[in-house]
Amino acid sequence: MATEMEEATGLTFHPMDQFIVKPLFGGGEVHWYTPTNVTLWMAVVALAIIALLVMGTRGRAIVPNRAQSVAELSYGMVHKMIEDIAGKDGLKYFPYIMTLFMFITVSNFAGLLPKAFTVTSHIAVTGVLALAVFVSVTAIGFIKNGAHFLDLFWVRSAPLAIRPVLAVIEVISYFVRPVSHSIRLAGNMIAGHAVIKVFAGFAAIAAVAPVSILAVVGMYAFEILVAFIQAYVFTILTCVYLKDALHPSH
Amino acid sequence: MEGNIGELGQYIGVGLTAIGMGGAAIGVGNVAGNFLSGALRNPSAAAGQTATLFIGMAFAEALGIFSFLVALLLMFAV
Repeated sequence: MATEMEEATGLTFHPMDQFIVKPLFGGGEVHWYTPTNVTLWMAVVALAIIALLVMGTRGRAIVPNRAQSVAELSYGMVHKMIEDIAGKDGLKYFPYIMTLFMFITVSNFAGLLPKAFTVTSHIAVTGVLALAVFVSVTAIGFIKNGAHFLDLFWVRSAPLAIRPVLAVIEVISYFVRPVSHSIRLAGNMIAGHAVIKVFAGFAAIAAVAPVSILAVVGMYAFEILVAFIQAYVFTILTCVYLKDALHPSH
Repeated sequence: MEGNIGELGQYIGVGLTAIGMGGAAIGVGNVAGNFLSGALRNPSAAAGQTATLFIGMAFAEALGIFSFLVALLLMFAV
């Protein structure tokens, strides 16, 4: 099917080609130490975050300039999110959650630049982020509450007869958390970018080109929204899991 | 008419996963619609519940994303 389209329209790319991990210098195999487009864009994201949060707030102006406003707004948003959902005692973990939020937001937005690589479109990346959240939240739960953390699975407000059934469901849903947490972010990024590329592929057919260009513009605007919302959702779910760890009783 | 019957089944399966995305669409629409009808009844309480709205949307959407993942696995990994 793909070859037919190539011949008919001159479509030379595949919608999923943008997610291939390539070495930056030369060809060959990708080892763990090879500089690839993933490491390049991760470095770009880290530098962008430093530029925004460190250089942007350097002036400490009373009336903030644009960079300082963005830095202060994002700081305040994450701070309020943790306070509202996980409570005051969750604020101890603010630096970690702020780091997660900034990394995911900036890499989602950086991935929208033309020719850029979306770091968060790889389940390997989001899986590590979600597993780190899962492991640390479980550790916090056991350290803070000891065996009472298991109350999360033993629902005391329910009748005794259905508690074992609920316990099985709760355990399954607890262990599915890192899976859904990571796949939600990666899946949204893959889907959005692939849809943009599919519409871009239709632009090669002259009859539908205006429609497809409009569709690309529309999808791009939608993807800017999705990039922020998915980072927001990832952070807010981290807060919800943290709340479960700090206050395990239902 | 020629080709591999296994490949045929693969493509049919990929097409069937789109039903899962329809289910997620119904779920997300249900969340947003109920939020809106609740918010119009009591607008002063709506602002405090946007976080819950997004959490609910994320849970509903996750299962649609799982079906998309199954489609990707069928296309590129099987």
